[in-house]
Amino acid sequence: MTDSAIPEVVTDTRTMTIETPRTAQRRFRPSGSTVVMAIYLLFLMLPIYWLLNMSLKTNSEILGTFSFFPRNLTFANYETILTDPSWYMGYVNSLIYVVMNTVISLAVALPAAYAFSRYSFMGDKHLFFWLLTNRMAPPAVFALPFFQLYSSIGLFDTHIAVALAHCLFNVPLAVWILEGFMRGVPKEIDETAYIDGYSFPAFFVKIFTPLIASGIGVAAFFCFMFSWVELLLSRTLTSVDAKPIAATMTRTVGAAGVDWGVLAAAGVLTIVPGALVIYFVRNYIAKGFALGRV
Amino acid sequence: MNKTVNQKAWFLVLPVLLLVAFSAVIPLMTVVNYSVQDTFGNNQFFWAGLSWFDDMLHSDRMWNALGRQMLFSAIILAIEVPLGIFVALNMPKKGVWSSFCLVVMSLPLLIPWNVVGTIWQIFGRVDIGLLGYTLDALGIDYNYTQNTLDAWVTVIIMDVWHWTSLVALLAYAGLRSIPDAYYQAAKIDQASRWAVFRYIELPKMAGVLMIAILLRFMDSFMIYTEPFVLTGGGPGNATTFLSIDLVKMALGQFDLGPAAAFSLMYFLVIMAISWVFYTVMTTLDKRDGK
Repeated sequence: MTDSAIPEVVTDTRTMTIETPRTAQRRFRPSGSTVVMAIYLLFLMLPIYWLLNMSLKTNSEILGTFSFFPRNLTFANYETILTDPSWYMGYVNSLIYVVMNTVISLAVALPAAYAFSRYSFMGDKHLFFWLLTNRMAPPAVFALPFFQLYSSIGLFDTHIAVALAHCLFNVPLAVWILEGFMRGVPKEIDETAYIDGYSFPAFFVKIFTPLIASGIGVAAFFCFMFSWVELLLSRTLTSVDAKPIAATMTRTVGAAGVDWGVLAAAGVLTIVPGALVIYFVRNYIAKGFALGRV
Repeated sequence: MNKTVNQKAWFLVLPVLLLVAFSAVIPLMTVVNYSVQDTFGNNQFFWAGLSWFDDMLHSDRMWNALGRQMLFSAIILAIEVPLGIFVALNMPKKGVWSSFCLVVMSLPLLIPWNVVGTIWQIFGRVDIGLLGYTLDALGIDYNYTQNTLDAWVTVIIMDVWHWTSLVALLAYAGLRSIPDAYYQAAKIDQASRWAVFRYIELPKMAGVLMIAILLRFMDSFMIYTEPFVLTGGGPGNATTFLSIDLVKMALGQFDLGPAAAFSLMYFLVIMAISWVFYTVMTTLDKRDGK
């Protein structure tokens, strides 16, 4: 009640102040916040713009002249990548293991997160911290053992090997995020569903999952993101058949020096999937980064 | 929330347990195994006790790498946390402009780490990069492949570029959760901007800021790909951080014993510091009654 009363008072004062000359003047000046944000966004975009700029130039133009815009606009660099299977298969391989990893991570994390958010059981707190320690494990520590483990079971250079290896840090993260979102769903909903005669699986799929749909979206986004950006493990575990795009990019360093144009084009193309995914979850990004804890 | 005691919940956790045991415990055991053995090749191993740990604790190489790593993480946290909060305070609260900011700010986070390295490698080059070219044109002697200070500055700016948005987004999420009534009360009390920040916004952000600091600490402490692509750990060993040194030792020189001992100590340091953060975080959670 009091909450709704206060805004009225404030809106009143606000409409009153707008008419004073000082604020009227201020309206034509960009506020400090806008300037800060503009500078910050410019700082973020400049290096990316430079990469895009270079990808649209020929190598001789990159090395010969210095300009903010490509003089002879060329898409040859992109053509090289999109017509050569050894290039574009890198993207396909990356996407395959990233999707596999996201599906596996979510499938195992959902029930576990439910258990952590609803029940207390022997060793739950220790287990939760132990899971988190895996998020803290430096991939460098695991590179060699993973290589030996997956070689010995014949999974070296397969997509599933990379997908499983990335579960090391994605599963704990997914559990953490989902647990945060599930805590926000009142327990009474579970109890009502059981009284109504739902079995646990039916309740989970039909009632609970729709309630935390945004949480699942955010968790999927993070699994996608961390699997997509990781290089050390995916490079160590693959050689030819499942080689990720990030590793393929080292090919541009040849005997004749670096093929800057193609390197830049490949870089730009690795940004595209991320940008698409961001677009879909843009309204949940902030909450997602807070791991559902806001 | 009051949780029901239910030991059957273990069955729900079981898949995660099995998967993580497969992908974490088995490899970690391999590392432990290597750390206490020595080999003369031919796959013949013999017990070496704790001698590798002893060696590593007395090796200048590891202490130097650890020192550089600590310095790097400290600088990163000192820059990114205040800057992130500052950016979050200036972010528009709603509308198209706000979504636009969110999307642009998330962009660096989704670029593969080696591409981040490549972007800055190009950007900093004196001949073809905007940053290097501009600095050179201004008469500043800048060369990140030769000069230690330049290399450090470039690596740090790169990391600030890459990760400040994460802190900003977290802080922003914290700010959005503050009810308007708090600000109105502050206005009635005629609180200064600083007082609003200190007594309303900062305490409300404390929880998410702890997550931000925890994530930034862990990730900066494990950093590998970006500086590896940018400087390759050079000039000399100037930007050889712990992970770079470890990969050099394990996969480059195949010194499995020392590398394994190194790994375990590295992991322990991260775990110990993270545990402190985690404890503080859960205490904060409880205090807020979540």
